[in-house]
Amino acid sequence: MTAAAPLLRLEGISKRYGGVRALEGADLVIEAGRVHAILGENGAGKSTLIKVISGVVAPDEGTMLLDGREVRFADPAAANAAGIVCIFQELSLIPDLTVADNIIASNPPTRLGMIDRTAQRRLAEDALRRAGGGDIDPRVPVKDLPLSRRQIVEIAKALARKPRLLILDEATSALTATDVETVLAVIRRLRSEGVALMYISHRMHEIAALADDCTVFRNGRKIATYAAGSKTDEQVVELMIGREYHNVFPPKPGPRTESGVAVLEVRNLSWAPRLRDVSLTARAGEIVGLGGLDGQGQRELMLALFGVLRGTAGEILIDGEKVSINSPRQAKSDRIGMALIPEDRKTEGLMLPMSVRDNLSFAALSEVSRLGVIDSARERRKVDEMIALLSIKTAGTGVPAGSLSGGNQQKIVIAKWLMRQPRVILLNDPTRGIDVGTKQEIYQLLRKLADEGAAILFYSTDYDELIGCCDRVLVMYDGTVRRTLAGAEITEHALISSALNLTGEEAGRGSRTVP
Amino acid sequence: MSEPTTVAPAPAPRAGWRQQIDMPVLMAFLCIVLLLLLGSLYSPNFLSPQYLLQQLKVGAFLGIIATGMMFVILIGQIDLSVPWTVAVGGMMASLCAAYGVAGEVFAIPFGILCGVALGLVNGLVVAYLRVPSMIITLAVNSVAQGLMIFMSGGFAPQDSASPAMRFLAAGTLIPYVPNAVLVWAATGLIAMFVLGRTTFGRAIYGIGNKEAAAYLSGVPTQRVIVGAFALCGGLAAFGGVLLAGYAGKASQGMGDTYLLPAIAAVVLGGTSILGGRGKYLGTIAGAILITLLQSILSVMQIAEFARQIIYGTLIVLMLLLYGRDKGMR
Amino acid sequence: MSWRYWFSDNRGTLLAVAIFLAMFVLYIANHPAGFTANVVQTAANKGVLLALVAIAQTFVVLTAGIDLSVGMILVMTSCLASHILAGTPLMTGLGVAGVLGAGMLAGALNGLIVIFGRLQPIVATIATGAIFFGIALILRPTPGASPELNWDLADMMMGKVANTVPMSLVVLAALVLFVWIPFRRSVIGRATYAVGSSEIAAYMSGMPIRRAKFTAYVMSGLFAAMGGLYLTFFTYSGEASLSNGNTYTLYSIAAVVLGGVSLFGGRGSAIGAIFGALAFRSIGDLLFVFDLDPLLQPLFQGVVLMIAVSIGSARLFQVRNRLEFFS
Repeated sequence: MTAAAPLLRLEGISKRYGGVRALEGADLVIEAGRVHAILGENGAGKSTLIKVISGVVAPDEGTMLLDGREVRFADPAAANAAGIVCIFQELSLIPDLTVADNIIASNPPTRLGMIDRTAQRRLAEDALRRAGGGDIDPRVPVKDLPLSRRQIVEIAKALARKPRLLILDEATSALTATDVETVLAVIRRLRSEGVALMYISHRMHEIAALADDCTVFRNGRKIATYAAGSKTDEQVVELMIGREYHNVFPPKPGPRTESGVAVLEVRNLSWAPRLRDVSLTARAGEIVGLGGLDGQGQRELMLALFGVLRGTAGEILIDGEKVSINSPRQAKSDRIGMALIPEDRKTEGLMLPMSVRDNLSFAALSEVSRLGVIDSARERRKVDEMIALLSIKTAGTGVPAGSLSGGNQQKIVIAKWLMRQPRVILLNDPTRGIDVGTKQEIYQLLRKLADEGAAILFYSTDYDELIGCCDRVLVMYDGTVRRTLAGAEITEHALISSALNLTGEEAGRGSRTVP
Repeated sequence: MSEPTTVAPAPAPRAGWRQQIDMPVLMAFLCIVLLLLLGSLYSPNFLSPQYLLQQLKVGAFLGIIATGMMFVILIGQIDLSVPWTVAVGGMMASLCAAYGVAGEVFAIPFGILCGVALGLVNGLVVAYLRVPSMIITLAVNSVAQGLMIFMSGGFAPQDSASPAMRFLAAGTLIPYVPNAVLVWAATGLIAMFVLGRTTFGRAIYGIGNKEAAAYLSGVPTQRVIVGAFALCGGLAAFGGVLLAGYAGKASQGMGDTYLLPAIAAVVLGGTSILGGRGKYLGTIAGAILITLLQSILSVMQIAEFARQIIYGTLIVLMLLLYGRDKGMR
Repeated sequence: MSWRYWFSDNRGTLLAVAIFLAMFVLYIANHPAGFTANVVQTAANKGVLLALVAIAQTFVVLTAGIDLSVGMILVMTSCLASHILAGTPLMTGLGVAGVLGAGMLAGALNGLIVIFGRLQPIVATIATGAIFFGIALILRPTPGASPELNWDLADMMMGKVANTVPMSLVVLAALVLFVWIPFRRSVIGRATYAVGSSEIAAYMSGMPIRRAKFTAYVMSGLFAAMGGLYLTFFTYSGEASLSNGNTYTLYSIAAVVLGGVSLFGGRGSAIGAIFGALAFRSIGDLLFVFDLDPLLQPLFQGVVLMIAVSIGSARLFQVRNRLEFFS
């Protein structure tokens, strides 16, 4: 190991989106033949970092040095030409094209100006084999493949470009456990061949198994770089969060006697293929959590309850009465009284260019209007009430919602629904990408709402939250509820092992995949 | 993929942001003034009240049609069936007027209702079948044309407009002020009220901005879409009724020359072609602007071809200034 | 095994072929003269115009765009042709090149505005359509033709080869074989489909999306110009008719939709569009043969378009997560 110029060096890279600093003065060194893990919370800047390195976006400031020479990539094709290849989460596959067309997307073999399909197919098959997808037929259009297979195609596509630096951005989150093992093996083989690898993931055990070096990002800045294994998990998490690793949660009421009718009851809810026979109850005053690995049907469950999915089977009961919910409009009606805080506030929760006031009153227009005409005074009063109730920081109600911080935006989404005083509140990962202070406020608010009689269904990818907030947690796997944990049973160990146990056979092989 | 979070507290609201919405309206009015000044260099008559009122009257027809188009563009769609909806309005109203006294009374509502019916077809197909509006409205335009051709036997329409139609379009209730202008003013006031003060109007802006968010907020998005298209059809037909009243009778293809100017008026007035943004004042300015442009060009005896070229170039330029998609980087 | 993929890939095209064949058989069976070369020739000549403009529209629609100026390019180039398709064979040849070049320039203008101006194709092409119409008016304020117009060329292109096969069909077949199929299999052709299927993914995959879009618009202009040439062959003159231009644009969209080309981009073939065009046109022929009122033709065509479009999006009934409607 000589001290030659590192393969890639970043110095002072900054990138702003509007008024928001996604990356600020980032420094990084990537060496060939080593796996470099990048860690950080959502919004820490990891994705932006990757986009800069792989040529998707251009940095506002800073320099990139490849083999010691300064480079500037105009687009992903340029980065690819320099040997830098990024594996995205499915985003770079063209649905209507075949697997082979996708794998050999740029610079395909040609004959007489036309693409040589036979040669291309052979190259694709070769890449697929190396990526562990030898069973995939290259002539299938990508849109006909299930998610896990598509991710393998994505990996094959990257390998076909013979990368010198391979970046994996959450590349394993869509994979089945077997596929994950295959991918890890591929990564190890590439490392021994001298390829440099960057691995972004929040799966600590995968990183522990794989990484040589680790770098932690927080709020767009590089915080620390260290050799893998030289810090405990607690220390790493503290670096990521930047303070003592203790969330403060409001106290939970003790176990209650099960009396009365549940506000929300679900019986055998199915929606092929993502939901199978889901049954649950939620009582007034309860915060019920949904846990499990990503993509096990939690999101679909919320959408099904809210009337967004067609063709659902099974029963939903509100206050013991069967109801049929076919649209969000029905779901929010007085009789049912549901609210959904959706997954992506920017595209599903808010109309960003519209004012704070317009957004806040949007779900409750009937309450601030008569015969279709809006009563401005009443609207203003209710809006001000909500802003005060949730301590939303905004410079006035007329400014566009897009100018507020992520945390305050999420508060608007929540406030919008609170105006209707819902009895069943569904939250789809509500604290993703939000600053710590606002998270605390949201936890307090949820408990308060529960105490006032609402039933809350709370999906989160953060174990801390599930443990701290929920009275009960339903761990989902493959579209159904596998285990229910209540009260003191809710521990990180129990959550992880429940989520894992479900990969039955693999548990025996010592699979180290951990959500 | 994660999104960037702010480190600092919320950035100071760009007060300029709200101005950005009104900027196109300001620009449009400035352009009007500019055109008037330019025209006055050519002939002093350009600034006379008679001429200005005349322009307002001619512009009223376009203004009413553009009002309907604005509703549809605001929800991010487009209505290319306006040409023959206008014709249907004029022809059906005249047809009805030919049926004696009862016919004359119902002529105007009947014409408008026919337009509403066409708009309903558009709206239902767009909202429930999710067919792109551009396509279905083209088809409906063709169907409307086919119907009118068949009904009129291929000849030019023979029926005359009813006295009421003529009064509305060409009469003068208040001395010196053409009725058409009053009708436009009334229509405009109602449109502004609907857009600014009703739940329907609020829903329109919401759907135009982010239909997914509006849908998930429990707004009856499908009904609003149908309503917007029905309004557009009704207003286009109303424009046709007035045009027939103005000319004394309807004519084939009377609406053809109104499609492009209607879209232009809405877009030049600052309404985003992608939907969700725009004020009615802008559409008023846009309609006047286009009318002035047409008038000045014809007074200067600029040939038809140049007018078309100027039209097209102008729209492209305005769009380049205000209607662009975001780039990839 | 690969036949299965070929079938599902070309479902739309095959359907269009089937519809057209059914209509054509019906037409011929009821035509007083029956299946003669002349009957086929007339049908072909009337159909080739529409087929050409349908191919033009296909290129752009594949990129998830639309070209509403295609009819005006046709009219404009037809007016140009009525001037310069004259004189000696050499001059006529240059004239043809000039007309095609003009079409390509027009397409290039569209492409530049859409790509670099980042304007929505629908509005941009409505506007450029006006510009092209204005140019057509400059060229032919009133309908007419150059006195030296090359009648021979016109007659040849509308005539028959070996007294049986219509020349227009030969030309169409040649265009498909030597232009469309090589295009589809080329790198740019594939990039065109990719852009329509998912522009983001195509960008991330390093495909030449700008070049693909630009090529699509230029090819559209080129084929529209071919349509303009044929219009001049057909009418021996050039006319700047607004309603003609709008009609051709509308028909090109109808043909494309009937031909199984997805308006959302990424799927379909010009071959399907050709058959869609021929099928759409046959409505008029069928009305004639069944002695129905010709005044019904526009109505029928409009209704057919409506139904075809609505059926085309019946696929959306298979969407089970309503959020997918809004992407």
